[in-house]
Amino acid sequence: MKNSLISQSFKNAKKENRPALLTYTVAGDNTKKKSLEILKSISDYADICEVGFPHNTPIADGGQIQTSAYRAIKNGIKINDVFSIVRNFKRSKKDKPVILMGYYNMVYQYNENKFISKCKKAKVDGLIIVDLPYPENKIFAAKCKKKNINFIQLISPTTSKLRLKKIINDSHEMIYYISMLSTTGGKLKVSAKEIITQYQIIKNHDKSKNVVIGFGITEKTIKSLKKADGLVVGSAICKEITRSIKKRQNTVTNVINLVKRLKNKIK
Amino acid sequence: MKLKKGIPLIDQHDKHGFWGGKFGGSYIPETLKKPIEDLTKEFQKLRKNKKFLKKKDFYFKNYVGSPTNFVKLENLSNYLDGAQIWAKVVSEANGGAHKIYNATVHALICKAMGKKYIIGDTGAGYAGKMLSMAAKKFGLKCKIFMGAKDIKRQKPNCDAMRRNGAEIVPVYSGSQTLVDAVSECMRYWVSNCDNTHMCVGSTVGPNIFVKICGWSTAQISKELKAQLKEKFKKIPKKLKLINCVGGGSSAYGFWSEFIDFNKKQIELIGVEAGGPKKSSLHAAPLSRNAKIGILHGAASYVCQNSEGQIHETESISAGLDYPGVSPIHCFLKDTRRARYTYATDEEALKAYQLVTRFEKINPSLEPSHAFAEAIKIAPKLSKDTIIIVNSCGDAKKDRDILKERLVRN
Repeated sequence: MKNSLISQSFKNAKKENRPALLTYTVAGDNTKKKSLEILKSISDYADICEVGFPHNTPIADGGQIQTSAYRAIKNGIKINDVFSIVRNFKRSKKDKPVILMGYYNMVYQYNENKFISKCKKAKVDGLIIVDLPYPENKIFAAKCKKKNINFIQLISPTTSKLRLKKIINDSHEMIYYISMLSTTGGKLKVSAKEIITQYQIIKNHDKSKNVVIGFGITEKTIKSLKKADGLVVGSAICKEITRSIKKRQNTVTNVINLVKRLKNKIK
Repeated sequence: MKLKKGIPLIDQHDKHGFWGGKFGGSYIPETLKKPIEDLTKEFQKLRKNKKFLKKKDFYFKNYVGSPTNFVKLENLSNYLDGAQIWAKVVSEANGGAHKIYNATVHALICKAMGKKYIIGDTGAGYAGKMLSMAAKKFGLKCKIFMGAKDIKRQKPNCDAMRRNGAEIVPVYSGSQTLVDAVSECMRYWVSNCDNTHMCVGSTVGPNIFVKICGWSTAQISKELKAQLKEKFKKIPKKLKLINCVGGGSSAYGFWSEFIDFNKKQIELIGVEAGGPKKSSLHAAPLSRNAKIGILHGAASYVCQNSEGQIHETESISAGLDYPGVSPIHCFLKDTRRARYTYATDEEALKAYQLVTRFEKINPSLEPSHAFAEAIKIAPKLSKDTIIIVNSCGDAKKDRDILKERLVRN
């Protein structure tokens, strides 16, 4: 996986002396067509696009992403639609890495092997399964690796030292550090300094891994974490979509503007 | 897939936490790995600690009010003219339901771990009420997560929670019932696991919560075993233990001592919520053949669509209104040790009417589901067959629903 699109985009960002910007949007929010449109337009500014496949019992998501997920499900999104959104996206943006993110029951019902080969066909570059932690994810992660799909491990402030080491050793090219004890979209309740210290501990274990920080990252906080390899913004974008719908404004334009502003803060 | 003898069912899982190789486990976000590991270690330690066990027994006796009565329902038996019907009146326990066992143990664990805050989910409101009682008793700050729909329909229990000083957090997402309350409670724990202990209100959730809850409610069958020997001199030859099943905590507690018996001697019957007669919605994953899925951190039979989205459920009884079920009941189903069936809303209401017409007990809508099955099968059975129903909750909380539904019908 050395020359994967994911590692390439981290390299590109590094060349520009900035962290990679990762965006998270929910497939099908608020319609299939609209979410594809949003994805295509923000990918001009985002380095990696995370796409959520929505679940109606998301135990690690806060209000903003829940709202987006419920909206997408209500509008009829199915897992095969998620794959076709990605496939469509990749037709025009073949070099932009896409990471699918969701909960294990969806994968389980679809069948692990079938899910992975569908990902492969749609040109998905990576997978994050929120409720499939290490070491339970070992077999699944190995299956992903075999198909050249990055399985992205998560590390949190509660992860013990020993566990941290094991997870890093078992990880592929990218690791996701959860900034604080929170669901997605919580208010950043620890200092940037503390987060960067934790980040550095992970980094020091293995410099070759790309470590991104997520949870609580907004226009206000993004600059303070610039040191990281990558930064994930999810809830802030979902919130913008909700706001735009409520105000009957153009969601696509509003979201592009937000992503542009985010990008400018880390340049 | 096989049951082992001589080992409590809660301990018959593999090293990944699965019963029968596929039910249970711990499907949790990374943040919860450490707190769950800590809790697992603490529980392992405490359940062998003599001082802790003495404390537990003390509170079970003096605070919960154990043992609860075991009585024959003479009039109902005579009326049905078949098997003898008995009731284990667990609703006599402090607070009015079996949930007090699990709540007391969780409060004791929370204390032992030095945490000051305790949170829990609730459907019928009993788990919440009991946790608020235990929290008050042991000086803990308490938050209860409850679906907005349930807050409306189980007002008496909500009043009790507030009186005990607990904060009720209404949950407006999804179907606004127990399933959403459990999700929201877990989310809160993800954000506050450093100083807060979580109590899962039934034998569901990640492996350790199934174990703690089952270990606590097992008290019911320990009492029953002694009471059976007292009343019948020995364990009767033809015995049927009927219990309602939502998450499955009272059923496991009622059965745990009897699982090793031959099923020809002791039949275990679980009754799920079939929902309104004409509705396609129900809360009966075991008896209506739902597929295995992952819900709230564990694999079990779950009411869901082919995509893995969790189905909304519908039942007159808030305590059974849950799309999943305990992994240990899935294990008991697949090993055929227990038989699972369901009763509709209407059948449960009818059973409630019949039981209260003949007897002085006042079972809530949850055990009324179990009574419905007892009433159905008793007339066909011989007089030396003993049916015991776990009357695990008191109908005070159902006051408003009963008033509305029984007048209307």
